[in-house]
Amino acid sequence: MIALFIRDVRLAVRAGGGFGLGLAFFLIVVVLVPFALGPETALLSRIAPGVLWIGALLACLLSLDRIFALDFEDGTLDLIATSPLPLEGVCAAKALAHWVTTGLPLVVAAPVLGVLLSLPAAGYPWLVVSLLVGTPALSVIGTFGAALTVGIKRGGLLLSLLVLPLYVPTLIFGAEVARAGAGDLAVETPLVLLAAVTCVTIALLPFASAAVLRMNLR
Amino acid sequence: MASIWEYANPKKFTATAERLLPVLAVLAVVALATGLIWGFFFTPDDYRQGSTVKIIYLHVPSALMAINTWLMMLAASLIWLIRRHHVSALAARAAAPVGAVMTVIALLTGAIWGQPMWGTWWAWDPRLTSFLILFLFYLGYIALWSAIENDDTAADLTSVLCIVGSVFALLSRYAVNFWNQGLHQGASLSLDKEKNVADVFYHPLLLCIAGFVLLFVALVLLRTVTEIRARRTRALLARERMA
Repeated sequence: MIALFIRDVRLAVRAGGGFGLGLAFFLIVVVLVPFALGPETALLSRIAPGVLWIGALLACLLSLDRIFALDFEDGTLDLIATSPLPLEGVCAAKALAHWVTTGLPLVVAAPVLGVLLSLPAAGYPWLVVSLLVGTPALSVIGTFGAALTVGIKRGGLLLSLLVLPLYVPTLIFGAEVARAGAGDLAVETPLVLLAAVTCVTIALLPFASAAVLRMNLR
Repeated sequence: MASIWEYANPKKFTATAERLLPVLAVLAVVALATGLIWGFFFTPDDYRQGSTVKIIYLHVPSALMAINTWLMMLAASLIWLIRRHHVSALAARAAAPVGAVMTVIALLTGAIWGQPMWGTWWAWDPRLTSFLILFLFYLGYIALWSAIENDDTAADLTSVLCIVGSVFALLSRYAVNFWNQGLHQGASLSLDKEKNVADVFYHPLLLCIAGFVLLFVALVLLRTVTEIRARRTRALLARERMA
């Protein structure tokens, strides 16, 4: 499992792996927002938490179809599936690798982009915390979506249609934490709920992903 | 004796469905026509809402069916995953577009009702928002069905999506509650008599709901039978090519 995780991270970081692509996309989305809405600081600082969350979510979505598709095409996935490692573990390792290569960089980059959107000073810690707690759920849910669509040619668009509705609870609670934090309000309730969503998805969804993967590899 | 599992046999299912269909269709038309005409022309206007209240006869039944269709798909998906009856998977597939249309009807009639009452076509109210999310779930489900070529794989995958989607749809329902307090009133119907709408509106409404349920059952039966026939035709054609 650890070997698989390290392999996935390496593949993603090395050339052509798409590491940094999500990050660049995140940057572009955030830079485009002031162009569309005007450079007014008061407005930007009010919408900054939401924009950063949406940007992180879309950037996460961008790299989802790489989780299984490449392995599926060259047959690696069949080999992994026949190995003694349970498929549930494979899905968990893949989700973790996706989070380390996509979610974690987003968490680190978010405060920098927060400066561009003049996020209020009180919001920075809560923005980072909300992304840190919320993005693992995005990766796990995305792994489920990727497992669903692995057999489909050019399934990228379908993948987003399937995965985005599943992201709704995470987005609501995550953006609420960031927004309440920026406005100096109480953040405990949404933060706890966000953590609950993340924990439950991490605990249960790898099983669903593995079941779906088995159906697709039959 | 006759158990429900006998209808897992496509032949038996088709035969029974064929016999039931005309009856159900006629009943649905009668119930809907009576309920709607009664509701539209023979009930008084509401003292605050005027005649706009009458859109309730379309809005409430369609909203009810939008949710119940998903529940029926969930049950059918579970039956497919556990007992692997093809009819069940096909019924879930047949129900999805009907449910999507019901959701659209509920959203549209709600918008038309909301315009004069709340002064807006749309508000990010919890109920409205969760219906929009439900609609997205229907779209994803239908898209996944049509994207996969192998029938059994498609049935398996959509079943799992339906189960996981149910959990997330429920979660979203309560998450949006948390996110915004709404304009929408509470439940119009409940078993608790005190909370119900007034009797004059209640009886035609029940008739309309019965009509929508019958219409739904008839449509799903019809679409399932069509699916079964289409699949049999494909099998026969394939066999002919082999010979």
